[in-house]
Amino acid sequence: MEYKISNRLRTGAIILMILGALGVGYGFIDSHSVNEDNIVEFLANESHHDGEHATEAQGVEEVHGESTDDIEKDHGHGAEAEVEGHELSHEEHVLHQLHNRPYAALYVAAFFFFMISLGVLAFYAIQYAAQAGWSPVLFRVMEGITSYVLPGGLIVLLIVLVADSHIFIWMDENVVAHDALIQNKSSWLNKTWFMIRGLIFLGGWSTYRHFSRKFSVAQDLADINDNSNFKKNFRISAAFLVFYIYTESMMSWDWIMSVDPHWFSTLFGWYVFASMFVSGITVIALVTIYLKSKGLLEFVNDSHIHDLAKFMFGISIFWTYLWFSQFMLIWYANIPEEVTYFVTRIEDYNLPFFGMVALNFLFPLLLLMNSDYKRIPWFVVMAGVVILFGHYLDIFNMIMPATVGDRWFIGIPEIGSMLFFAGLFIFIVFTSLGKHPLLAKGNPFIKESEHFHY
Amino acid sequence: MEASKVIHAIYTDDDVLMSAVKTVRAEKYHIEDVFTPFPVHGLDKAMGLAPTRLAITAFLYGCIGLVFASAMMNYIMIQDWPQDIGGKPSFSFLENLPAFVPIMFELTVFFAAHLMVITFYMRSRIWPFKTAENPDPRTTDDHFLMEIAVHNNEESLTNLLKTTGAVEINIVEKDEDAH
Repeated sequence: MEYKISNRLRTGAIILMILGALGVGYGFIDSHSVNEDNIVEFLANESHHDGEHATEAQGVEEVHGESTDDIEKDHGHGAEAEVEGHELSHEEHVLHQLHNRPYAALYVAAFFFFMISLGVLAFYAIQYAAQAGWSPVLFRVMEGITSYVLPGGLIVLLIVLVADSHIFIWMDENVVAHDALIQNKSSWLNKTWFMIRGLIFLGGWSTYRHFSRKFSVAQDLADINDNSNFKKNFRISAAFLVFYIYTESMMSWDWIMSVDPHWFSTLFGWYVFASMFVSGITVIALVTIYLKSKGLLEFVNDSHIHDLAKFMFGISIFWTYLWFSQFMLIWYANIPEEVTYFVTRIEDYNLPFFGMVALNFLFPLLLLMNSDYKRIPWFVVMAGVVILFGHYLDIFNMIMPATVGDRWFIGIPEIGSMLFFAGLFIFIVFTSLGKHPLLAKGNPFIKESEHFHY
Repeated sequence: MEASKVIHAIYTDDDVLMSAVKTVRAEKYHIEDVFTPFPVHGLDKAMGLAPTRLAITAFLYGCIGLVFASAMMNYIMIQDWPQDIGGKPSFSFLENLPAFVPIMFELTVFFAAHLMVITFYMRSRIWPFKTAENPDPRTTDDHFLMEIAVHNNEESLTNLLKTTGAVEINIVEKDEDAH
């Protein structure tokens, strides 16, 4: 069962990347059209366009110097405002937010696609460690998707390196110098150590990815009675899962939670894990259905799709459970330094914050509850698109409030970034899919998997 | 009531039973019932039973539980005796909703689970102290029993069942009033 990325798909991916790059470029140029010289004028202009968008309306309030100042003190860039004797003027603050936006938009999209492939890698390792009998027919699809772990992760780190304090406020020495809380954390939160950690995480993940792929392919060519490659894969998968659950958690503190350096949540690692796991499984289902529609993967039957859809359904509920656990405890305890995280999101990000819960919980719950619907490909695709958009919004809600405050919008910089990374993801994943046969025929469970029937 | 004759074919393996069920159905005989010591996967489809509607009732029961919990919390915490808990003296259901969600969730599960089990018992016509209906106690241990109605075709049916691997074939007068 050979597959080669079709010319149409490759061209499509390249077009997405070009369009995306144009959007990203426009975002950077546009954000710098406002600078120190014309920011006062910009804000004055804004107050004439009353209520153009909900977000702008918030901006207007700020101009009149009302209410939001108190909130500003606590959330994300509050770190800046708290600086003693170095109070930023309102103009300067808005200017920072405007300039942060294209970086943050790029970072959200880069992380989103990276986390999909990392989630698939964890799912793949679980299949091996559990010696699952149903899934080996999908192994090559999963291996294709995980080929994005290394390039995707390096790009995320590269963006951090370049964006610096545009995303991570604790990378700004002036801020740290006036902020006792960040100073206490600076032995962990400093750029050098951050980068080293990032490389260790990525190194571990992609080493596992490299060897599991190698053994999986070697198992195809091995003698029918020789399962040594499978056994090696079993062992490294179990070891990887231990490494993964620690490093994934630390990665989520580093790469996401630290954008709000004053705020912390103890279940954040799990929460991010749930998001990447459900997105990853959804993408496995989407790629499988795509390849099946091309007449490939004829060994994948309804029951495999059914099982993937069950995982999409189940992990969506798991995600909601964690989202709510995090939210309710903080909401109930109402401790100022904790609750500020949700105050910002409910006041400034009301639609994406609650919209995300509807997309990630209500839609999958209602669409995928019926057993029969889980076997209908177009239904699974529809639910999958909703889930993916919902989890993009989830990452958006994690990064944006700390970087652009209430000046968010899903406009050209955000869509451009999404298109760019979608194109790159498709290009890398489908090129990798074409490198080896689509059936891992040497896997000792492959017969069981082909006959899997629910 | 008129007593009817049935054939009891006994098997000792679930795979043999499954293929026997398929053969018997292919020959257009009507299988009254199959008694097994454990649930045999796919047997319902092989016997041509209509899919269960238990899942639909479970969904409805869950909805009832959700509504019940919402109404209950609204009555207790908002209408009847509003309280200031943890500095949240809000008299609005919506603003206090997060605190009620765990209760709503638990009661949804409680209603769905319990009412579904009760529905299952009623639908299967089993209740406490009821005399067991299974015709042969060995079906609770390691034997599988297929029951087929006989309409003056004992011989051909017996011959067919023999070829399907039945270890024992009995013709039984079934008294409808017995249970």
